[in-house]
Amino acid sequence: MRNGRRAAISGTAEWAPQRRWDTPMFGLEAYGKLAREALDDAGMELGEIDGILCTRLGDAPMFAPAAVAEYLGIATNFGEVVDLGGANATGMVWRAAAAIEAGVCDACLCLLPSVPAPPQPGASPRTQNWMMGADAWGAPHGQFDAPYGLINPNSHFAMVAQRYMYEYDLAPRTLAKVAVQGRENALLNPRAIFRDQPITIEDVLSSPMVVDPLHLLEIVMPCSGGAGVVVTTLERAQRTGLRPVVVSGFGEHITHKSITYAPSLTQIPIVAAADRAFAMAGVGREAIDVASMYDCYTITVLVTIEDSGFCAKGDGARFVEEHDLRFSGDWPLNTHGGQLGMGQGGAAGGMSHVVDVVTQLQGRAGPRQVGSAERGYVTGTGGCMSEQVALVLEGA
Amino acid sequence: MAEPPPRILPSPTAATAPFWQAAREHRLLLPRTADGEPYFYPRPFSPGNLAPGTEWVEASGRGVLYSYTVDRRGTAPAFAARAPYVIGIVELEEGPRMTTNIVECAIEDVRIGMAVEAVYEDVDDEVTLVQFRPV
Repeated sequence: MRNGRRAAISGTAEWAPQRRWDTPMFGLEAYGKLAREALDDAGMELGEIDGILCTRLGDAPMFAPAAVAEYLGIATNFGEVVDLGGANATGMVWRAAAAIEAGVCDACLCLLPSVPAPPQPGASPRTQNWMMGADAWGAPHGQFDAPYGLINPNSHFAMVAQRYMYEYDLAPRTLAKVAVQGRENALLNPRAIFRDQPITIEDVLSSPMVVDPLHLLEIVMPCSGGAGVVVTTLERAQRTGLRPVVVSGFGEHITHKSITYAPSLTQIPIVAAADRAFAMAGVGREAIDVASMYDCYTITVLVTIEDSGFCAKGDGARFVEEHDLRFSGDWPLNTHGGQLGMGQGGAAGGMSHVVDVVTQLQGRAGPRQVGSAERGYVTGTGGCMSEQVALVLEGA
Repeated sequence: MAEPPPRILPSPTAATAPFWQAAREHRLLLPRTADGEPYFYPRPFSPGNLAPGTEWVEASGRGVLYSYTVDRRGTAPAFAARAPYVIGIVELEEGPRMTTNIVECAIEDVRIGMAVEAVYEDVDDEVTLVQFRPV
């Protein structure tokens, strides 16, 4: 217990990822719609919210928390823009928890709407390179990476996989197993885009090579979506109808932006984040009943398992081979299907892992419920294996 | 269908201009820290301790391929016409790592650990990219 206060997740909201989004909304509109759903889930009132965590929104590219507060019609004691890419969701949850424990605020919205805005009249469609900010004047990566084609996360993560396979024992079949078992979980998730499409290891290995050594089925499908949680005091969460999920440990570590300048391609930032999260929670790795790890690519999962300390360095492949990672298996992982099975709902993709573990700890996972789960572990991975966040979540 | 965007080329800044000017002259120039350690990419101070100023050292242009991928599809529109091509990270003899393309080499012959040397691609009258090929 820190400062006499503990923070807990009380409710969730999640939209099923879609390739084509039928109902365009501005960012502020989508934030408000998600807020309504998350508050309803938590059984809380908008007036209780005094903390806003968001990313920059299309219609609020500056002063985003103020724009959100005004649009929702509330006043807040904490406003935060998080810019950690795939680690935004996990990064928001611990920032909200820390602010609540510090006594700065009492209830936060951590929401990641990611849907297209209505088309702007008169604006012409453009073909754009997705540059991850490298197209800004003066951006180092615009000069030293982008001219060589290193502008898409695919290539960054592929070079992690290639180097990992050079340094350690890892067969393509083992990576494929991560995608296959995630997909099996997705078959039971009505929100998963691939809920009707089982795959085999052979399907993965025979899917087109996109960025060697990663095949198409090892890469998330980009979608639109939205998801988020309400974080409040444990005391307030206990007065809702749902089991409070205490944010009992967290850590964050950032080492680089472009993978070329990473201290290591094969030992990833989660090492320090996980150590801090488990030390803070006061539990060991063996206390985890269910894990949800950011799976933009299969390789991300394997190295995250290993560098989170669930097995020795270099043993990630053996761990994946020896364990059944399905919700019904001995080491349930990404029971929502992962983003590989669910589709990556844009910025909301990382939040799907938070929602996954909260859903399990609250006993609301239906046919893919892992049984009684007390503690879960969630990771977020942003950019190019560059910013990572670890959370230990605990049912109260 | 909109036109594909043009090739992405570097726009040098005051801090990086000496590197790109050297590349124009087919030389590989590396910045080094106040302690004499080469680093990459150029900054107006030493990364890690922020000691002001940039000294430059001429590099051998030799290194080994640290990792690579084959971009089979051109994952950004500007690269679609070039696919498949090799994106690599070269670890220079002097220590720093650079992003590059591996050229003058069949894709199936590219290996991590292979010895490589810098070659200079004069893209136009102003820009030269530092590329690497097998030794």
